[in-house]
Amino acid sequence: MTELSHLLPRLRHAAFAVWRRNALVFRKFLTPSLFINFGEPFIYLLGLGYGLGMFIGNMMNMPYLTFLASGILASAAMNTASFEAMYSVYTRMVPQRTYDAILATPLEIEDVLAGEWLWSATKSLISAAGILAVAGVLGAVDGWRALWTLPVIFLIGLSFAGIGLIMSALARGYDFFNYYMTLVLTPMFILSGVFYPVTSLPLPLQTIVQVLPLTHAVELVRPLMAGLPLSNVALHVAVLTAYALSGFAIAVLLTRRRLLV
Amino acid sequence: MTAIITARGLVKRYGERIVVRGVDIEIPARCCFGVLGPNGAGKTTTLRMLLGQSPMDDGALDVFGLPIRTHGRDIRARTGVVPQTDNLDPDFTVVENLRIYARYFGIGGKTLAERIPALLEFAGLTDRADAGINTLSGGMKRRLIIARALVNDPELVVLDEPTTGLDPQARHMIWGRLRALRAAGKTLLLTTHYMEEAERLCDELVVMDDGRILERGTPAALIRRHVEPEVLELQGEADKARATLAPLPNGRFEAVADTYYYYTHDARAAIKQLEGQAAISFLHRPANLEDVFLKLTGRDLRD
Ligand SMILES: Nc1ncnc2c1ncn2[C@@H]1O[C@H](COP(=O)(O)OP(=O)(O)O)[C@@H](O)[C@H]1O
Ligand SMILES: [Mg+2]
Repeated sequence: MTELSHLLPRLRHAAFAVWRRNALVFRKFLTPSLFINFGEPFIYLLGLGYGLGMFIGNMMNMPYLTFLASGILASAAMNTASFEAMYSVYTRMVPQRTYDAILATPLEIEDVLAGEWLWSATKSLISAAGILAVAGVLGAVDGWRALWTLPVIFLIGLSFAGIGLIMSALARGYDFFNYYMTLVLTPMFILSGVFYPVTSLPLPLQTIVQVLPLTHAVELVRPLMAGLPLSNVALHVAVLTAYALSGFAIAVLLTRRRLLV
Repeated sequence: MTAIITARGLVKRYGERIVVRGVDIEIPARCCFGVLGPNGAGKTTTLRMLLGQSPMDDGALDVFGLPIRTHGRDIRARTGVVPQTDNLDPDFTVVENLRIYARYFGIGGKTLAERIPALLEFAGLTDRADAGINTLSGGMKRRLIIARALVNDPELVVLDEPTTGLDPQARHMIWGRLRALRAAGKTLLLTTHYMEEAERLCDELVVMDDGRILERGTPAALIRRHVEPEVLELQGEADKARATLAPLPNGRFEAVADTYYYYTHDARAAIKQLEGQAAISFLHRPANLEDVFLKLTGRDLRD
C-alpha cells in the first residue's frame, strides 16, 4: 500500500519547471504548433459538419454540426494529449536526452512525468479552446455553458496523456506509436460516438465502447455544448479519472524501470 | 579535512554481469579527484550511482555526509554535473539553456539574472548568448555544459570525460576553466582516459579497470611507486635495440604495438649505447602516468 500511495501523482513545485520548459518551446514555435493542432479538426468540422449536416439535419435533438463539433472537441483533446505524451515525450527522453540532463538536478522521474502529463493536458486545452471558439463562430455552440467543457477537456487530456506516457516508456522507436494509433486511437475515434450515437452500434460493440475513455469524454462534452441536461456525470468523470491516475502511475513505474538502471 | 564523498563497497550488476565490483572512494573537500580508466571500466556507472541516478546493488554511499538512498534530491541540489554525452536542450539558445536549467533547481529572478552574465563569461560565450545550440562547435558546447553545471553554484562538480573528442586548443581551454573552479574552492570529481589530463589537473586519483580500483594516490606518487623515473621510447629494429640494451643493469623492457619502452633509473648508459645505432630512433622522457596506466591495465587494446 505504501508503494501504491507513492505512485499517486505527487505534484511538487519542480514538476512545473518541466511544464514551463515545454510552454516556452510551444510559445517559440507557436505558428506551426497551432497549425497542426487546429488544422485537422477544423477540416472535419467544416467538411463533415456542413457537408453531412446538410443531409442529416438533426441528430439526438441537436443540429448535426453541434453533434459533430462536440465529438471533434473531445477527440481533438485525445489526439493532442496523445501526440504530446508520445512523440514529444519520447523525443525528449531518448534522442534528445533532455531527461538525462534534468535528472542530474533535484528533479526525479515522477516530477518530470508529472510536468509532461500536465503539459500534455494543457496542450489539449489550448487546441480545444481554439476549436470551441471556431465552433462558436459557426453557431454550433449553445451558449456560455459550453465553457464548462474546458475543465472536462483538461481531464480528457490527462487520461490520454497517462496512456501516452505508458507508450513512451515502452517504445523502442517511433514506429511503436503507429501501432497504438492504428489499433487503439483510430478505432476509438470511429466507434466512441464522435460521428454518430453509440446506440446505433450492434449491442456487443456498445458494451465494449463503454470501457473506452473517449466514449465517456464525448458523453460529457456533448450535452455541455448543446445546452442539454447531463447524465451519469459521476460515472464519466470516474472513468476518465481512473484512466488518468492509473495511466500516470503505470507510466512512472515503467519509466523508472527504463531510466533508473 | 572532511570527506565530500565516502563510498564503501559499491557494487553494480547488470543481469549476470558485475560492472562495479566493490569500489571504495573517499574524496576530500576542495580537491580535484580523478577516476582514470579505459572504456568500459565502470567510471560512468560509478558516477551515476554517486548522483542517485542508478541504484546501487550493494555498498554504502554518502555525499556531503548524506546517504544517497534517502537524500538524492538534496545531494543533486548541491552538485553540478557535466555528462559524458552532450544533452543541451536543442529547442533553446545558449542563454535560454542556462535559464531553463536553473529553473530545475528552483533558481530564478534576481539571483539568476546576476549569475547568467558571469556564467556566459566563464564559458567564453558572451557574444554567442543568443545562438542556437546546433551552431556551436564541440568545444563551445562542452564549455556551455560546464557553465550549465554551475547554475546552482554547486560545492561539488562531477565531470564525466569533459574533454573527450575535443581538439587540443579546446581541451586546454577547458583545463583552464577547471583549474579556475578548483581555485574557487569547488571539489571536482572527473573521469578521464587521458593521462595528461589526469596528471595536469588531479590532486589525487584512482586507476579503475574492470569495475575495480587498482591503485590510488597522487600522480607523482603513483609514478614513483610503479615505474622507473626515466623512459626511452624506441622505434626501429626492435631486436637490435633489445640486444643492445639487455646487457645493461636495472633496465626493463615493455612492448606496445610497434613501440618498445625501456624503463630505467638512469638512462645515460643506455643513451650512449643507442647513439651509435642508425637503425634505432629513440625519445628520452621522464616517466608519466601513461606508463603507470599501461602497466596496471595491461597493454591490450580497448574500444
Ligand atoms: N544500462 C546498462 N546495461 C547493461 N550494461 C551496461 C549498462 N550501462 C553500462 N553497462 C556496461 O557496464 C560497463 C561499464 O560501463 P561504464 O560505466 O559506462 O564504463 P566507462 O564509463 O568506464 O567507459 C560496460 O561494460 C558497459 O557495457
Ligand atoms: Mg563512461
